Amino acid sequence: MLLKKLTEASGLSGNEKEVRDIIINEIKAYVDDIKTDKIGNLIVHKKGKNAGKKLMIAAHMDEIGLLVKDIDSKGLLKFMTVGGIDKRILVSKVVYVGEKKIPGVIGAKPIHLQKKDESSKVLDLDELYIDIGAKSLEDAEKYVKVGDYVSFATEYEEFGDGFIKTKAIDDRVGCALLIDLIKSDLDVEFYGAFTVMEEVGLVGAGPAAYSIEPDYALILEGTLCYEMPELESHLIPTKLGGGPAISIIDRTTIYNAPFREWIVKIAEKNNIPFQYRKTNMGGNDSGRIHTSGAGCITAGISVPTRYIHSPSSVMSKKDYDNSLVLLRAILEEYKEGKF
Amino acid sequence: MSINVELLKRLTKEFGPSGNEGKIRELIKLEIKDYVDSFEEDALGNLIARKKGNGKKIMISTHMDQIGFIVTDIDKDGFLRFANIGGISPTVSFSQRVLFDNGTIGAINSEPVEDSSKLELQKMYIDIGAKNKEDAEKNVSVGDMCIYYSEFSENENVVFTPYLDDRVGCFIAIEALKNIKDNENDLYFVFSVQEEVGLRGAKTAAYNIEPDLGIAIDVTTHGDTPKAKLFAIGLHKGAAIKVKDNSVISHPLVRETLKTIAKEKNIPYQLEVLEFGGTDTGAIHISKTGVPSGAISIPTRYVHSTVEMASKEDIKNCILLLEEFLIYKH
Repeated sequence: MLLKKLTEASGLSGNEKEVRDIIINEIKAYVDDIKTDKIGNLIVHKKGKNAGKKLMIAAHMDEIGLLVKDIDSKGLLKFMTVGGIDKRILVSKVVYVGEKKIPGVIGAKPIHLQKKDESSKVLDLDELYIDIGAKSLEDAEKYVKVGDYVSFATEYEEFGDGFIKTKAIDDRVGCALLIDLIKSDLDVEFYGAFTVMEEVGLVGAGPAAYSIEPDYALILEGTLCYEMPELESHLIPTKLGGGPAISIIDRTTIYNAPFREWIVKIAEKNNIPFQYRKTNMGGNDSGRIHTSGAGCITAGISVPTRYIHSPSSVMSKKDYDNSLVLLRAILEEYKEGKF
Repeated sequence: MSINVELLKRLTKEFGPSGNEGKIRELIKLEIKDYVDSFEEDALGNLIARKKGNGKKIMISTHMDQIGFIVTDIDKDGFLRFANIGGISPTVSFSQRVLFDNGTIGAINSEPVEDSSKLELQKMYIDIGAKNKEDAEKNVSVGDMCIYYSEFSENENVVFTPYLDDRVGCFIAIEALKNIKDNENDLYFVFSVQEEVGLRGAKTAAYNIEPDLGIAIDVTTHGDTPKAKLFAIGLHKGAAIKVKDNSVISHPLVRETLKTIAKEKNIPYQLEVLEFGGTDTGAIHISKTGVPSGAISIPTRYVHSTVEMASKEDIKNCILLLEEFLIYKH
């Protein structure tokens, strides 16, 4: 299954090759042009009907994770974070280090040996290490090196009522949607951009938009979902199963209101469940895309993702399906020049 | 010194939070249409008005957008929750009236807090007097924006009103634009969008225009009130020539030209060395291969509050300085 393949692949910011290769393989038979730019973005062109305007659809390939910064004399790996990581989620996680995916465990002092104040505080990165079972520095260096990327070793699993647990839903789910659109039989022209290094500051999207020069852009994401039952409605950014989340505002973009309202109308007309992304926190590639060159109009459409930026994120298949239905409906109207 | 207070008042009262500048754009367009050679409106909504000339291409940027609020949720009882558009202070906002595009008025208040210095926007709400959610939705939707309800006051020295930032800049640009005739330089007046959320409009406008020189007109803060933070800018002391802020170090060429002109023409000026904040110059000067850029700032007390205050004399001097800069042979 595509989402399993995509999310189990390792592709931290700056090291997206494994993911990019999977995507190239999936879509090369369905596009009219495909290229990888100098910074690593995968940019494809699909010909078809258009309304005289250029449309870009973007999803980022990279994921958050860790990076080896030192190996100590005992062969334990010290690391830094890549992208936004909550330190509390790191202890005891299983990881893969480097291209060869050497398994390791993020270790810390066992609870039995912890002093009172130690067990109640969050461990700093300096107090954590990755144990790959090496005997010494020399032994460790046979398998890993400083600069190796570290990704969480999470298996894709389906559970509950159509739920999926896996890592890197942010933003392989966007990649999967974009792949599905590329493979679809919709006769519509657009540029697809699978971008790099979003998690470290929207790095890839700027150059991608600069080369495409779009008039409109759709940004596909996995986004914040937090909906514990005691929360008041305004504190819930999105709900799992509530349908694609349409962005209003975030740290990087005030989404164009007429474009957003046009999309909402399409959802309503086709009875596609949708929700607004009700927070201004976070940001995505739209920030760079809409201010690239002479500027363009963007919309953000996201699949709600619980426990985002952790080794075990959760999404709903229904939200995926409804996002795809909405995107197809948007493209059908777009190609007739209805916006 | 007299300024066209009536126009300034209309500008400060018009609706136009970041990303939603349609109304203020139309007002400015109407005001200047007889004085410019062409108009352009780009994808983000910047209004670019050109007064043609054969000399240097100069981009003059003043931002149309204003800080405000955006509705993110309407609860079952009809209370609106919101996020800030730009630098909104919870303390300033508490107990203010707000105005929506469609004329709906609301009042900002907060869930009870023990210590009023700990107000947080997330715990505050807008009350439009609705009976319930359905009633509220007759007038307001999620995604709608609102601004501080505006009262304009003046006396012989100053004007005070919300949104001098940066409608006073728009005012200065409009007045200069109207006064300048048969210009040698090629002037692009940009009334930019989304400055308050990160200089977004000026970035795309500068890319489009490719100017030889850039100049922004925007408000700056003050250091001349009781126990104010040390800052050598005060009201009634003249136009402020920007040396630096957090977004730009003004190009020496632009800064020195402004100083030279001010001295020659006896326009009072002061130098602005701002340790925080930013303005459109920040985006213009690093556009494409770079643009020598600077700014004329209007000394303003209580920026981002509902009583921003500026001196009429200073405003007049900013107009004079801008006009002279734009007709100068660079």
